[in-house]
Amino acid sequence: MRHLLSILSGGLFGIGLYLSGMTNTDKVQGFLDFFGSWDPTLAFVMGGAILPMAGAWALTRGRKPLIGGDFPERPEAKFDRKLIVGAILFGMGWGLVGLCPGPALASLGFGGVGGLVFLAAMLLGMLAAPKARLMLDRA
Amino acid sequence: MIEMDWIWGLIGGLTIGCGGAVYLLGNGRIMGASGIIGGLVDGSGRHEWADRMAFLAALIIAPALVVYFSGSIAQTNLTGNIVMVVLAGLLVGLGTRIGNGCTSGHGVCGISRLSPRGIVATLVYIAAGALIVVALRAMFGGL
Repeated sequence: MRHLLSILSGGLFGIGLYLSGMTNTDKVQGFLDFFGSWDPTLAFVMGGAILPMAGAWALTRGRKPLIGGDFPERPEAKFDRKLIVGAILFGMGWGLVGLCPGPALASLGFGGVGGLVFLAAMLLGMLAAPKARLMLDRA
Repeated sequence: MIEMDWIWGLIGGLTIGCGGAVYLLGNGRIMGASGIIGGLVDGSGRHEWADRMAFLAALIIAPALVVYFSGSIAQTNLTGNIVMVVLAGLLVGLGTRIGNGCTSGHGVCGISRLSPRGIVATLVYIAAGALIVVALRAMFGGL
């Protein structure tokens, strides 16, 4: 059951990313190009995705997940160095080529060698992250 | 004037949100791409590896099938500059795992529950991305 739900969810996520145009890096960089010919498509994607998710969050109240357990707790509103530094680094990489983790995976089947190279580098970066988090904690 | 791309953006966005809703209401988890894959890479999510693999396999295979059966030509238009691709991949991997989320986790799932962390992270990475795009324009005269 749990795996089936994961497959359904991953499938919807991937198909949605493709349909929305977010596997096309030109559309993503076009959205970030606020001072050029701005492309608002990404805002429609975000807005569209937030609608059903807001409904889902509302439905979590007083309920349990279908497979049991508990819903994720609301994280404390803590803006530590890791959140900000992480978001800056991620945003820089995102702007540089127009790929983030979801679309990088969703476009793997048709993204050619470049897509594979990006994924390999992304996995390396993820592997290095726990050390970087420790460093930021100590700094 | 409303453009066709915006409509497709909305349709795709709704589909993405439904995926997130299934993951949340069904499995009780936040659908964040960087968290799901990152937990496998650094071992923090090893106890639910099969679940994560199922999600990731569907995320890769489902759109590939749509492209294949619709006969459309899917273009990622990724830059051919391999140095930039590697650098961007490293930054995205490192940044999303340091900051604990990406466009799906902080963006879609965080904003929809009005999480202050998600909203702040989203504003910061959009600003950082926009600055990089401005810099790319200045250096190369285009994207």
